[in-house]
Amino acid sequence: MHDKTLAQLSAALQARKTSSVELTQHMLRRIKELDGRLNSFVTVTEAEALAQALIADLRIAAGQAGPLTGIPIAHKDIFCTREVRTSCGSRMLEDFVAPYDATVVARLEQAGAVMLGKTNMDEFAMGSSNETSHFGAVRNPWDDDTVPGGSSGGSAAAVAAHLCVAATGTDTGGSIRQPAALTGITGLKPTYGRCSRWGMIAFASSLDQAGPMARSAEDAAMLLTAMAGFDERDSTSADRPVDDYVGALGNDIRGLRIGIVGEFMDDGLDGGVGASVQAALDELQRLGAELVDVSLPNAHLSVPAYYVVAPAECSSNLARFDGVRYGHRCEDPKDLEDLYKRSRSEGFGAEVKRRIMIGTYALSAGYYDAYYLKAQKVRQLIADDFRRAFERCDVIAGPTAPGTAFRLGDKADDPVSMYLQDIYTIAVNLAGLPGMSIPAPASDGMPVGLQLIGDYFDEARLLNVAHQLQLATDWHQQAPKGFE
Amino acid sequence: MSLSTDDVAKIAHLARLAVTPDETGALKRDLSNILDLVAQMDAVDTADVEPMAHPLEMAQRLREDRADREDRRDDYQANAPAVENGLFLVPKVIE
Amino acid sequence: MQWETVIGLEIHTQLATQSKIFSPASTAFGAAPNTQASLIDLGMPGVLPVLNREAVRMAVRFGKAIGAHVAERSVFARKNYFYPDLPKGYQISQYELPVVGEGRVEIVLDDGVVKTIGVTRAHLEEDAGKSLHEDFHGMTGIDLNRAGTPLLEIVSEPDMRSAKEAVAYAKKIHQIVTYIGICDGNMQEGSFRMDANVSVRPKGQAEFGTRAELKNINSFRFLEKAINFEVERQIELIEDGGKVVQETRLYDSAKDETRSMRTKEEANDYRYFPDPDLLPLEIDAAFIADVVADMPELPDARRARFESDYGLSAYDADVLTASRAQADCFETVAEVGGDAKLAANWVMGELAAALNKAGVDIDASPVAAGALGKLVARIKDNTISGKIAKDVFAAMWAGEGDADDVIEAKGLKQITDSGAIEALVDEVLAANAEQVENYRNADPAKQPKMLGFFVGQIMKKSQGKANPQQVNALLRKKLS
Repeated sequence: MHDKTLAQLSAALQARKTSSVELTQHMLRRIKELDGRLNSFVTVTEAEALAQALIADLRIAAGQAGPLTGIPIAHKDIFCTREVRTSCGSRMLEDFVAPYDATVVARLEQAGAVMLGKTNMDEFAMGSSNETSHFGAVRNPWDDDTVPGGSSGGSAAAVAAHLCVAATGTDTGGSIRQPAALTGITGLKPTYGRCSRWGMIAFASSLDQAGPMARSAEDAAMLLTAMAGFDERDSTSADRPVDDYVGALGNDIRGLRIGIVGEFMDDGLDGGVGASVQAALDELQRLGAELVDVSLPNAHLSVPAYYVVAPAECSSNLARFDGVRYGHRCEDPKDLEDLYKRSRSEGFGAEVKRRIMIGTYALSAGYYDAYYLKAQKVRQLIADDFRRAFERCDVIAGPTAPGTAFRLGDKADDPVSMYLQDIYTIAVNLAGLPGMSIPAPASDGMPVGLQLIGDYFDEARLLNVAHQLQLATDWHQQAPKGFE
Repeated sequence: MSLSTDDVAKIAHLARLAVTPDETGALKRDLSNILDLVAQMDAVDTADVEPMAHPLEMAQRLREDRADREDRRDDYQANAPAVENGLFLVPKVIE
Repeated sequence: MQWETVIGLEIHTQLATQSKIFSPASTAFGAAPNTQASLIDLGMPGVLPVLNREAVRMAVRFGKAIGAHVAERSVFARKNYFYPDLPKGYQISQYELPVVGEGRVEIVLDDGVVKTIGVTRAHLEEDAGKSLHEDFHGMTGIDLNRAGTPLLEIVSEPDMRSAKEAVAYAKKIHQIVTYIGICDGNMQEGSFRMDANVSVRPKGQAEFGTRAELKNINSFRFLEKAINFEVERQIELIEDGGKVVQETRLYDSAKDETRSMRTKEEANDYRYFPDPDLLPLEIDAAFIADVVADMPELPDARRARFESDYGLSAYDADVLTASRAQADCFETVAEVGGDAKLAANWVMGELAAALNKAGVDIDASPVAAGALGKLVARIKDNTISGKIAKDVFAAMWAGEGDADDVIEAKGLKQITDSGAIEALVDEVLAANAEQVENYRNADPAKQPKMLGFFVGQIMKKSQGKANPQQVNALLRKKLS
C-alpha cells in the first residue's frame, strides 16, 4: 500500500478499494517500526490522524471527497498547528503549542488530507543537512550514515522511506529542493507569494516559501493545488488565480526550449552527479525538448548575497524569541538583560546564533551599505540574469546540488562548505522564481536531483516537464532498501 | 575580513546573545569566514543598480478598518512562562 | 552671554482607527490587560502584518492639512531593539521614505506676530505596549493592549526659539489633528505625546548646540516647564564650564526637573531595514483625491470665515475655532438662534462657564447646541430678555426642558404690550413723585444714572418680564 503514489491511493480511496483509516493505520505502523532509524518525525499525532481518517472515510462514503481526502501526509514542524506542538527544530520552542493553524495546514485539512505528524528539520530551517535540529539529526533512508539534506530533511526522508504519502516543506535557499535531490523524491518551491506564509515560522521573510514534497510530479501537482492561493493575511501573497496544475501535466513538451546554465555545469559539480544530470537532459531532448545554452553571469554571487540577506532578516525575525510571551525562558533571571541573553543562548543552537550574529553585524551602523544594501543590489543583478535567460528559454534545467548525500558530521564544523550545498538553488530564492527538484539517474546508488527552474508563476509548466520525464523514466520510482 | 573579540562581544550584545569566552574563538573564526565568502560581492560594480527588497513587484495591499473584539487571552497566554492577572511578567524594568 | 534656545518637537499622535495598524484587534482604551492583544500584536511565531487602510487615509489627511507632499511610494522599515513592551523585538515604522514629507503650520505669538514652523515629515508606525511597575514580587507586568495602535509621528524642524513657541506649535498640531478627526487628542490617555529636542547656543552662532531629548511629555503645561528647566540646566552647565551630552531625559513633573533616562549609557543601533513582510505603500492621485474630498474645514480657514461671514472680532473667531467641537457648536447656535454675535457671546460666556464648572466636554453638554440656539432665538425675538435667559439656561442645564418649556412653565414671557408697560411706568412714577422731581431738576449729566432707579423699580414690578428697551424709551418720554 505504501509504495503507491498519492494519485494511485486517491483513486483507490475513491473506488473504496481501501479506506483512509486502513491507510493511515498502515502509515502509523510504518512510522513506529521504521522511523527509529531515520528520526524523520518529531511528533506523531496518532489519535488526531485516525480521527481525521474516520471523517475522511465518511466524506468519501457520502460522495463529498476531493482528490486529497483521506491521504495521510506530514507537515514540516515549521508550520503552526493548533493543539499540536510546533517546535521548528529548536529547544526554544520545545514546548510551544501554537494557538492557530498555518494557512497551508488549514488548506490541506480543508482538502481532506490526514496529518500523521510533524517532521524534523534543521533548527529554524537553518541548515542543509538536518544536523542542526534540537531533536537530533535525520538519516538518509538510502544510507544511514549520510544526511538527507536540509532544512526539510525530515519531510524528505519520510516521503523517501514511504512513511507518509507526501509532505510539506519550506524553501528559503534550497530547503525543499536539496533534500528532495539527496533522498530521490520530487520537491517544488513555488514562486514567492504563491503559497501563504501565514503561520509558517519566518526565517527570511523575503525568501521563504512553502511547497510540496512527494513521490512524483503528479503528486506534487495535486498537493500544490490545495496549498497555493491568495491569503489576505499575508501582505506578500499573490492575488492571482491558481493554475490547473494537474490539467497541464499531460501537455506535450515537444519544441519546449530548455535552458542549460553553463555556470552550473562547471568544476564545482561532482562528476557522477554531472553525468546523471546530463542523462536526464538527454532524455528531455529525446522527448522533443530543445536544449539551449543560457548564462547566469552573476549566479556565483548568489551564496554571498544570500548570506547577508537571509541572516539579516533572520536576526530581526528571531528577536521575538525573548522568553517573555512563549518559548524557552532561563531559570531565575537576575535582570532583564540576563533574561534575554540566557533564554536566547540556551534556546538557540550554534548555527542559528551564527546567522543571527552575521545578520546583526550586516545591519549595524556603518556596515548597512557595504553588506545589506550591496546584497540587495546583487540580488537585483541575479534577478536580471534570469529575466534575460527566460527570453531565450521556457524552463532552465541543471543540477540541484553539487554532490550526492554526504556523511553525517562531514561538514558540520565548516559552515561555509555547508553553505555551498545550496550553490545551485539559492539564486532561485533571491529572484523569487519557482524551482523544482526531480530524481535523475542515481550515482553510485545514491539519488541525484535534476533542478528545473521556471519563470514567475510558471509552476504548471515545471510540473508538466517533470511529469513527462517521469512518464518516460523510472528514476523517481526507486525506493531505498528496507523501505520498499 | 576578520572580526575582533570586541566586535563579537558588541554584536552578541546587540543580538542579546551570551557568548562565553571559550565560544568567542570559534565564533570569530566562523563569522570571519562567512564575511570572506560575502566579500566576493565586492568584485561586482553595483553603483547603478536599484536594490531589490522584494522578489515581486507588488504594492502593499490595504485592510479595511474593522475591529475584531474576540478575547482569546487565556488561549494566547497558554505558552507564557510567567503570567499574573493577565500580565506577562519580566524582571523589574528600571526606567 | 546671551543665549538662544533651539527646539524641535516630535509628536506621537494615536490615530483614531477602530482596529490596530497591522492587526484587527480593537484599539479601544481601558480594556483588561492583554485582552486586546491579537496573535499579531503578541508577535507570535508565524504571524504577519497587513496594513490598515484607515491609518493610511488619516496620515494622508494630515499631510494635505499642512500642505505637505504625500509620498507616492513609501516604505515600512523595522527598527530593531529589545524591550519587554516591544513584542517582536522590532517596531514597524517608516525610516527613509515616510508617507508625509515637508509641510508647515503657522502659529501666532503673544505679540500677534505670525510665525511659520516647518514640519520635516510625518510617518506611520506602531505603538508599543505598556510596562506596569506595580510590584508583582519584584517583577514588572507587561500589557500589550496598546501594542500595534497606529501612530503618526510628526517631526518638526528645529524652528522654535522658546518654550512658549513650542507650546503654541504643539497646540496647533493638536488643534489640526483633532479638527481633521484623526486623533481624539486625549492627553491623559496618551493619545498625544510629545518629545522635545532642546539645545542652546550663543546668540548669533549658526551651528546648533548639542541637544537633549525630553521624552514622553503629555501636557502642554509640562512641555513648557520641562523646556524651561532644561534650557536653564544647559546654560548653567555650559557657563560652569561643562558640556551638554546628547542624551534622552525624562521630565519629572513632581520635582519639576529633567533627568537622564539611562543609568547605563548605551549607544542605540536600531539596524533599520525595509520590512520584508510589507510591500511598498503606493498612494495614487485617486486615493488622495478621495481623502481630500472628505477633508473637514481647517481651523485657520474657519477662523477667517467666522470673521468675514459672521462679523466676529478676531479674538472671538480665534476662541470659537480653538476646537472643532466648539466651532461646530457655535455655528449651530448662530444658525438656529439667528444672531451670530448673541450666539458667540453665549457659547463663550454662559455655556463655556457652565461646562468649565461642571468639568464637562462640549460634546457632552447637557444643553446641546440646537437647544442653546432656540434660547438665543427667544432673546432675538424679544420673548425674553438676556437676563431672564440666564435663568432659563440654568433651568435647561438642570434638565427642566427646552427654552420654550421653561419660559412657559415659569411664565417668563417678556411683556411687550406697550399699554401694559405704560401702566407700569405710570404706576412707578406716581409712587415716586419726589424722585421724579429730583430727576427733572438734576444736571443732565447725572440723569442717565438716575434713570436706572426707575428702570429697576419697573423691572421689579414686572418680575423682570418688561421689555427693557421699551421701558427705557417710555421713561425718557414721560420724564422729559
